[in-house]
Amino acid sequence: MPNTVRLQREDFDPAAESAALTHGRTDIGAVVSFTGICRGAESGAPIAALTLEHYPGMAEAEIARHVDDANARWPLLGVTVIHRYGRIVPGENIVLVLTASSHREAAFAAADFLMDFLKTRAPFWKQVEAAGTTSWVEAKDADDAAAGRWRKDRQAAE
Amino acid sequence: MKLIYFAWVRERIGKTEEEVSLPEQVATVNDLMAWLSGRGEEYAHAFENAKVIRAAIDRRHVKSDTAIKGAREIAFFPPMTGG
Repeated sequence: MPNTVRLQREDFDPAAESAALTHGRTDIGAVVSFTGICRGAESGAPIAALTLEHYPGMAEAEIARHVDDANARWPLLGVTVIHRYGRIVPGENIVLVLTASSHREAAFAAADFLMDFLKTRAPFWKQVEAAGTTSWVEAKDADDAAAGRWRKDRQAAE
Repeated sequence: MKLIYFAWVRERIGKTEEEVSLPEQVATVNDLMAWLSGRGEEYAHAFENAKVIRAAIDRRHVKSDTAIKGAREIAFFPPMTGG
């Protein structure tokens, strides 16, 4: 099964990535596609841009470990994760997760799982540019709680 | 040993990375943060709330009580905000 992890500065095309994942395949019955997009406002205040800093070398390895984990948990037929870094303006894509499987349940669950872990474990940090100043985005407890769900699931299964 | 800093930890220290030689009694990630805090105001500022700082040894997440013996590269950073 093809697993693709890419970190890149440039934008991506979710439809083209999805087509590439399923091209020539007749075993795939479901693809879930999640695209994270830069919002133009945070808590009602407009923002000019986000700048994403990352840990080269670790970011790719950490995402790949979670893709392996997703493959171990669900019967997936392909996964694509693309995460951008650098300066991103409102309306532009930030992250793409594609999960393919025979049936929808595994594809939905694996995409949800991967996004929860990208939020809390992938070494990326967002800086907001707004009103002429910059500030670091604070991690959200809700994201940690979302990632924690999967640990409980795992404990229950073991 | 190579130390690497990211996001506001990097900004507070004012360096992206550095090479350090550690005294033997610096055995864990916690010890290392305490040792760094004693190197100057900028380090003390970066590690003033050490509980929130995350660490990675050789590009894998570790807990703060992890032993650092044999590590080639240790990174310090705030909680992650990707995705």
